[in-house]
Amino acid sequence: MPAANSTSPLPGAAPAVGVTVESLSKRFGTFEVLRGVSFAVQPGEIFVLMGPSGSGKSVLLKHLVGLESPSAGQTTVAGLDASDPTTRERVRMALVFQAGALFNSLSVYDNLALYPREHRLGDEAAIRDRVMRALQILSLENAAHKFPAELSGGMKKRVAIARALVMEPQLLLYDEPTSELDPVMSATITEIIATLRQRYQVTSIVVSHDRDLALAIADRIGILMGGELIFLGPSADLRNPTDPRVADFLNPRIDLEHPRFKHLET
Amino acid sequence: MPNTLSASPASRGTPSVTDRLLTWLPTPVFQVLHGTGSTLLLLGRTLRHVPSLPRQFGRFIEQCHLIGYTTMPIVGILSFFIGSVLALQSGHAGENVGYKQFIGALVGLTMARELGPVMAAVLLAGRVGSAIAAELASMKVYQEVDALETMNIPPERMLVLPRLAAVLTMMPVLTIMADLVGWFGGAIVSKYTHFISIEPASYFANLRQYMDFSDVLNGLIKAEVFGVTVVLVCCNIGLNTRGGPREIGASVTRAVVTSLILILVLDFFVTKALM
Repeated sequence: MPAANSTSPLPGAAPAVGVTVESLSKRFGTFEVLRGVSFAVQPGEIFVLMGPSGSGKSVLLKHLVGLESPSAGQTTVAGLDASDPTTRERVRMALVFQAGALFNSLSVYDNLALYPREHRLGDEAAIRDRVMRALQILSLENAAHKFPAELSGGMKKRVAIARALVMEPQLLLYDEPTSELDPVMSATITEIIATLRQRYQVTSIVVSHDRDLALAIADRIGILMGGELIFLGPSADLRNPTDPRVADFLNPRIDLEHPRFKHLET
Repeated sequence: MPNTLSASPASRGTPSVTDRLLTWLPTPVFQVLHGTGSTLLLLGRTLRHVPSLPRQFGRFIEQCHLIGYTTMPIVGILSFFIGSVLALQSGHAGENVGYKQFIGALVGLTMARELGPVMAAVLLAGRVGSAIAAELASMKVYQEVDALETMNIPPERMLVLPRLAAVLTMMPVLTIMADLVGWFGGAIVSKYTHFISIEPASYFANLRQYMDFSDVLNGLIKAEVFGVTVVLVCCNIGLNTRGGPREIGASVTRAVVTSLILILVLDFFVTKALM
C-alpha cells in the first residue's frame, strides 16, 4: 500500500521492481493461448513484447497484474506471486489499457483522483496537487474537467497514462499504447514512455506491434507467436533478424502474386 | 458444451474432483448452482467492506436517489391502480356474495402483505435492476472493472456496497408508499363506484379493524429480501459479463428475468416462513 499522506505526485518514491515469467501457459477451454513462455524483466528496464494479433500478448500482460491466473507456470513481480491478489497491495502496478478503460461517468480529474481518494492518500488539497502535476506532465491541464466521451483517442491514451502516474507505480504496463493513433500521436506516446522511464526509472513493459516504438525505446524485445516466445533479446538484434518468422513479422512483404490468404487467389 | 467455471481453480490448473463432477451436471442445474454460488460469494465479499460505508456516503446518496426517488412516481401510479382494481374486483364479486363491507380489509391486507412489496420489487427489477446490470456489464466489457482491480480498488466496495445499502434503505420507503397509495386508490374506487358505494371512513375503519402493524412489517421484511436479491443478482450478472457490446444486452435481459423469477419464488417461501 502506498504510504498514507504521501503527496509525491509521481513515480520514483519507491524502487522499481523486477518481473519474472516462468514456463507460463494459459488455456481457455481447449485453446492454449500461451505455451511455456519464460523471460525476466530487470528493474527500470523497458521491455517491449511484440507479436501478431491473437498471439497472447495482452493475456500475458493480464497475468502480470493478476487479472488472469496461469494454467501452468508462474509469474512474479518483485519476487511475489502475481496471481495472488495481495501482491497488488504490496507492489504498485499500473496498467494502461488499450482503449484507456477510463471511467466514463467521471471527469478526467475525478478519474485521476479516484486512486488517491480510495486509498486515502492525503486530504483533498494534496490529492489535487498530485493530480494536477500528473496532468501537467501529459499536457492535459485543460482537459481536467472534460469527460472521457469528449476526448480524442490520443487524449484518452494520455489520460490513461496520467491516471497510471498518479499511482506512483513501481511497474508500469502498457497494452498497445499506440494503436489507433496517427503517426505523430504514436511518436508522442512513444516519447512519453521513454521519458517516464528515464526520469523516474519505472520498470516498463509495453505490449505492442508497433515496430518503430519497439526499436526506438526498448532495452529488450520479446516476440510472441502462436503462444510461444520466438525471440528474446536486445532491440539491436532485431535490425537483422535471422529467424524468418521474425523477419516476416517485422518486415512483411506484400506479395500480390502470392497472397497470404489462399482463398483470395484467383 | 461442457459446463465451465469461469475464474475458478478449475480453469487455472488440474480440475478438482468437485469440478469434474460439476461438469457432468445438466447445464440448467449447473447454471442455477453456479449463479447461486457466485451471488452468495459476491454478497460475502461485499459485506467485508461494510466498515468502509461511511466513506461511500456520496455514492450511497446517489444510489438512494436512483433506487428510491426516481422510482417513486411509477410505484405511486401502479399502486394506485392496483388498489383500485382490487377494490373494483372484490366489490363486484362481493356484491353477489355479500362481503362488500370487507373491501377495506381485503385491499389493506393484500397491499400490505403481498402486492405492495411484490410490485415495488418488480418495478425495482425492471427499472433499477436493468440499469444496474447494464452499467456494470458495460464497465466490465470496456475494462473499467479491470482498471479498478489493477488500482487495488475492490469493485464490490465501490460498485455493489452503496447499491446494497441504498436498496435496504429505500425498499421500505417504496413499499410503505405503495401500501398507502394502494389503500387510497381502493378507497376512492369504493366511494365512487355505484355498486360498491362505501364511504372512506367505513373503508378505513374496516381496514384498521382487520390489520395490525405486523401485517405491514411482514410486507417490509419481504421487500427487503426482494430488494437485496434484485440488486445482488443484477450486480453479479453485470460484473460477470464477458464478450462485447452484444453481451451487455443479454446480461440485462438475464438479470431482469432472473430477478422476476426469484421475486415470485422467494415470495412463496418468505410468506410461508412468516406465517
